[in-house]
Amino acid sequence: MKTILRNCTLITDGFDVQQRYDICMHNGIIEQIGAQLETEDAKVLDLEGNIVLPGFIDMHCNICEPGYENVEDIITVSRSAARGGFTSITCEPNTKPVIDNKTVVEYIVSKSKAQSVVNIYPYGSMSMGCEGKAIAEIGEMYDAGVVAISDGDEFVDSAALLRNVMRYSKMFDLPIITHCEDRSLSGKGVMNEGYTAACLGLSGMPREAEEVQVARNILLAEITGAKLHIAHISTAGSVSMIRDAKERGIRLTCETCPHYFALTESAVENYNTLAKVNPPLRTTKDVTAVVEGIVDGTIDAIASGHSPVSLTEKKKEFDQAAYGISALETAFSISYTYLVQNGKITLKRLAELMSKKPAEILNLTQKGEIAVGKDADLIVIDTKESYLIEPQLFASKAKFSPFAGQEVRGRVVCTIVKGKIV
Amino acid sequence: MPMHQKDFFGLRDLSADDIRYILSTAETMKYILNQKNKKSPYLQGKSVIILFYEQSARAKLSYELAAQHMSANVVDMTHSAHSMERESLQDMGQLIDQMGADFIILRHPMAGAARLLASCVEASVINAGDGYNENPGQSLLDLLTIKEQKGGFEGLKVAIVGDLVHSRVSKSNIWGLTKLGAEVCVSGPPTLLLPDIEKFGVQVHYDAREAVNGADVILTTRMRLETQDKTFLPSLDEYKRFFRIDHHLLKYAKKDAIVMHPGPIQRGIEISDGVIDSPQCIINDQIANSVAVRMAMFYILSQMGGNFA
Repeated sequence: MKTILRNCTLITDGFDVQQRYDICMHNGIIEQIGAQLETEDAKVLDLEGNIVLPGFIDMHCNICEPGYENVEDIITVSRSAARGGFTSITCEPNTKPVIDNKTVVEYIVSKSKAQSVVNIYPYGSMSMGCEGKAIAEIGEMYDAGVVAISDGDEFVDSAALLRNVMRYSKMFDLPIITHCEDRSLSGKGVMNEGYTAACLGLSGMPREAEEVQVARNILLAEITGAKLHIAHISTAGSVSMIRDAKERGIRLTCETCPHYFALTESAVENYNTLAKVNPPLRTTKDVTAVVEGIVDGTIDAIASGHSPVSLTEKKKEFDQAAYGISALETAFSISYTYLVQNGKITLKRLAELMSKKPAEILNLTQKGEIAVGKDADLIVIDTKESYLIEPQLFASKAKFSPFAGQEVRGRVVCTIVKGKIV
Repeated sequence: MPMHQKDFFGLRDLSADDIRYILSTAETMKYILNQKNKKSPYLQGKSVIILFYEQSARAKLSYELAAQHMSANVVDMTHSAHSMERESLQDMGQLIDQMGADFIILRHPMAGAARLLASCVEASVINAGDGYNENPGQSLLDLLTIKEQKGGFEGLKVAIVGDLVHSRVSKSNIWGLTKLGAEVCVSGPPTLLLPDIEKFGVQVHYDAREAVNGADVILTTRMRLETQDKTFLPSLDEYKRFFRIDHHLLKYAKKDAIVMHPGPIQRGIEISDGVIDSPQCIINDQIANSVAVRMAMFYILSQMGGNFA
């Protein structure tokens, strides 16, 4: 049966914001967009002028299954994603077992089909076991459905491995996603290095721990011609290096996460482990640079950086507490509040950062846009009313957030995946 | 001025008035300690648990003696750091709390541990050193010693020489001294000065002579190479060539300058033998003040801000 969304406001190219449109969905595809579509044998949903966006695509998400189901599983992560407006999420390879062979890929793909309310696209690992030594079976994983190659948030110490992964993956045109952290520089660090860390007596992770690897990876991408995507950038130096590299025409994209432009290291004061993330929260100067990078297009995408952990792992000495953040259900609201509401970017640009661009980077050609023939992955949002972030209501198993209690705007009121409300 | 607080975490949280109040209370405690009968009743019927996850001689002894002088029951629970794997700090805190402790003196290898413990117990928590963060008790006894020797802090020039990254007492001292109006210079190998240290309101000199120049007080730190990353400092021999407080370096300071060290000292490394044995080095005065300061901390917390009359 067809479903028609009536009286939608569309802010996508080719549509007039002042007009109201009807979207007709059939078999999971957008069949027709127009004014006053025929409603015969169709289920009709009147949106009364609410804004419809293409469903978000999360480029940086940990689903924790298989291996860490006590922390999150496919059912809860997919519900959490749907609440946050993500109709597609990806899966970092650092599950247990690691996604380093086609069997694990097939497991996740088939389990997702059975249990997930959103689309889940796994990443394959670069190295066997994400150990940074031997190259993983990238080709077999590509055939089984991975959309990118990454060692998750593990260290990629070996430039030789990365270079060969870049060269090897060219035959599949898969993006290579790198977490940039030089472990000899980050050392025992648990937060950003600087005055706040010194005040708290905590060991710091300097910005250069991220930046030397950003520089190295850009260089390798330039040499190999691979499709490099740099994950969760957090420093002013990273933004400026990526900007320069793009100007030189290097094939390169990058993402950041909402906490890197909405929070600074001061969130860690009082040893607040809920704000313990990796890369660490930085300073106002870095936040300003990240926002500038978003505004001028240096930063291509905003990912949630969802990395759930159990609350027990957070309620520890800061040094011992786990890195992680429950972000799927706050990513859009935080981005809307910190970027759109204060006039840095338009809502249309935010939709690009969270949907169109990730689709392009990951070669998801059916996603990321509202157009006839594309997948009917849509969300309805409300930007008029503000609300409080209440982590205890999260669908994710990780019911905590450094944003708890904040008043934000930009709520996802309805999520549609392949034509079905979820 | 009375203070109202349940716990002692560090000097970062205290105002100049708070610190002055603690020091004057400590002076009163010192008077009590100088009596024939040192026993006072302020902690009668109270229990003090010494929960140390690191080895210590002087800190433990001074807290224990202070509590005993004030008539508290004292239980020593010194653990190895390995025992943390068996039982979390919160669980240990709950256990102690349920058995009815009034004070927990915590020494722990991780910054912020005292704060974490305090958040889940009703007992008063005293931070006796948390990672590389603070050691307020040691710092307050340093401040008391300086006050006795120099009369006050306003306009005083203090040089801190050594390893500031791994010295929690030096950080407490920087908070305290800058709040009390002293001028603080720090000196040490650049790798062992804290990142962004100038933001603490101190002057930084890599040349120890410049830091010591015109100083009234020279504070040194422990140089513990064995626990450190091997990339910070090549050797103690090289350290002492540039930063050891000896008679040559002391010439740059004021004639009546005093030299202090938190102990345990490595003779001839942080301070030369000659200086240690000279009257300018007042390490023994520091030790003598350690019990009085801990008594003052107990007293203030036990009164929850009650005025000392």
